[in-house]
Amino acid sequence: MPSIIPPIPTFRVMNSHGEMEDKSRPPPDVTNEQVLTWYKNMLAVNILDTIMFETQRQGRLSFYMVSAGEEGVTVGSAAALGPNDIITCQYRETGVFQQRGFTLKDFMSQLTANKNDPGKGRNMPVHYSGKEKTGVHAVASTLGTQIPHATGAAYALKMEAQENPTDPPRVAVAYFGDGAASEGDFHGALNLAAVRNCPVIFICRNNGYAISTPTSEQYRGDGIASRGIGYGIDSLRVDGTDIFAVYEATKEARRRALEGGGCPILLEFMSYRVSHHSTSDDSTAYRNKSEVEGWRTHDNPISRLRKWLENQGLWDENQEEKTRNQIRKDILRELVTAEKEKKPALSAIFDDVYEELTEEAKEQKAEMKRIMLKYPAEYDVDEYEGGLAGL
Amino acid sequence: MKSLRIIRPTAQVLRAVTSSASSTATGRQYSTSPPNARLNIPTDFSTTPILSHSSQSALRNPELSAEVRNSTTKRMNLFQAINDALSTALATDDSVLLFGEDVAFGGVFRCSMNLSQNFGSDRVFNTPLTEQGILGFGIGLAAEGMRPVAEIQFADYVYPAFDQLVNEAAKYRYRDGTNGRGVGGLTVRMPCGGVGHGALYHSQSPESLFTHIPGLRVIMPRGPIQAKGLLLAAIASNDPCIFMEPKALYRAAVEQVPVSSYTLPLSSAEILKPGSDVTVISYGHPLYTCSAAIEHIEKDLGLSVELIDLRTVYPWDKETVLKSVRKTGRCVVVHESMINAGIGAEVAAAIQEDKETFLRLEAPVKRCAGWSIHMPLLYEKLNIPDVTRVYDSIKQVTEY
Repeated sequence: MPSIIPPIPTFRVMNSHGEMEDKSRPPPDVTNEQVLTWYKNMLAVNILDTIMFETQRQGRLSFYMVSAGEEGVTVGSAAALGPNDIITCQYRETGVFQQRGFTLKDFMSQLTANKNDPGKGRNMPVHYSGKEKTGVHAVASTLGTQIPHATGAAYALKMEAQENPTDPPRVAVAYFGDGAASEGDFHGALNLAAVRNCPVIFICRNNGYAISTPTSEQYRGDGIASRGIGYGIDSLRVDGTDIFAVYEATKEARRRALEGGGCPILLEFMSYRVSHHSTSDDSTAYRNKSEVEGWRTHDNPISRLRKWLENQGLWDENQEEKTRNQIRKDILRELVTAEKEKKPALSAIFDDVYEELTEEAKEQKAEMKRIMLKYPAEYDVDEYEGGLAGL
Repeated sequence: MKSLRIIRPTAQVLRAVTSSASSTATGRQYSTSPPNARLNIPTDFSTTPILSHSSQSALRNPELSAEVRNSTTKRMNLFQAINDALSTALATDDSVLLFGEDVAFGGVFRCSMNLSQNFGSDRVFNTPLTEQGILGFGIGLAAEGMRPVAEIQFADYVYPAFDQLVNEAAKYRYRDGTNGRGVGGLTVRMPCGGVGHGALYHSQSPESLFTHIPGLRVIMPRGPIQAKGLLLAAIASNDPCIFMEPKALYRAAVEQVPVSSYTLPLSSAEILKPGSDVTVISYGHPLYTCSAAIEHIEKDLGLSVELIDLRTVYPWDKETVLKSVRKTGRCVVVHESMINAGIGAEVAAAIQEDKETFLRLEAPVKRCAGWSIHMPLLYEKLNIPDVTRVYDSIKQVTEY
């Protein structure tokens, strides 16, 4: 009976006072510089979120999604991955992009859909893509679909490794939420990964909610980690507000995923979605403010790591103040710069559907141009790079 | 749901169906025709002009390179031609992988016979029974530059993977933009169409559902030569391709197929038979029905009918069709799947929309297709357009 099986324990390294939970354990195997980078990256994500949420509220962005409470999960796990590992994301993984080299300009180009956005202004805000910089697949809004993509990518990496045994081996990683794990794609992806021995890490961000639906209405089993066992996949539950635990778990998962020619691993990072689901959501409609408060203050990945840094004498109020101000200034500067840029050229509307423009697309492009020329007052083409000539 | 996939009986009865045309076996056959029928007689695949019965006719095709035209042919049925194409692709490109439900032992229709043994179980393998998983997996492989060939056991079971096709495979390059990651290496094979007794879930032809998805190429071959050339083109294509195989032709359609590797152009229709009075447009299995109907009506009414095989139903070759209809002024579109929002709707609309063609039209465009129903076991013969219905459709547009 599931009810008599004890719940899977949660792996933790650092307690909420920023001290080692188990004093007899050696301290985390990371340099001070690494930890400071993580901290600044978490701060950057948090401040970026706050500013962009407000920017959306002012109508300057169509949409935004923050990841408050989950900065430790994304930054910590991304830090443990290899530089060329392949990642598929859901959409609340800004920290992954930040940790893996996205600049403020990269973020702002996508969010404002300007001509520097590699997605050519086609995607909603926060649907980042970064093959060159980060190895991350372009984000889609569809939930769960990216999980089997990581399985397939992992199989490709495995075959590549067989052909080039001297190259450093790589893994694929899929990030998804506890809600997305209810989709059929989760099942297909994990089952296939186990059967085909794929070097893939499945990272579930269990933040307690899928929009308004609490986990009590999402599943009755012991969270997501317990499901891995049924697929024959080694699984671990981790405190997602403890960046050291997240880092160590991911690092070990990566090591094991590459063992014996490939082996999938499931990690469930427990956290709490401190913010609203998105700018289109008011979470006070379905949960109490008091419930949020504890997670905002006490079990918060940023304040927890700050305490650690202060305990180590690596951080103080002055540095905190200075860093926050600098990040805020940089973000606002990049935002204004990005807003001033032209939008991508109009041709981007028809390009990339097929490798080459089809006859149908050529006809439709000509028809669009004809209409725009005939009714010039009805279309504002100046904001697009090259204006009408860009079509 | 999947327990209803009775693999062996399907293959056995399929053999019975496809061999019945030439046999005079006693006992009731599924495809017996009414005793006095003149039109609705089963296709004689050994004489149909749709197939190349000699090496010379097979190699005459100007779409083949001079090198292929000077090479040899081998007698193959449709599943053997597909097997030959897959074998060729696996042998020439290390990034080609083949997977799906039951492909390792050769596939329930024998299309992947011996491929796992010859190319290794890392490249040709079974997957768990999960269509969304299979296509999600294929997309992940293709995004890393592989050329996965995924098999969906029956087109009727592609729907669990629809999200992966519509929202992922088709949109991948578009949303990634200048990053340039695409899944063009992906080819999805699926047996489709009526087989005499497939009923609701072993007979469907969902091609028009795919033609409403920008980003995908949707292909259906009519016979072994086409199957090999178009499948190799689909695998080589940098756009994700849906390759639909009319399963009733797997064993029935036999012709001389060039042994060398060759591709046939995608998004290019083929004029199978030139004519001047009426244009008949079709693809896949009904081309045999059309050919038989045309033979009769040309004799009966002294007409000259042009027959066009679309081959790729999206993005389709509008120019070849419009050019033909401008010449003939009359047109019938024939397909197995239902009339409503089918390929015929798109073709007919494109014909009337083209100013020049519209002015040349002498009669309304006629759609001759499956009724807007589900495929009923007992009534399949009355649902799929038969020779009589195609004959009558041509007569209607001629007499208008």
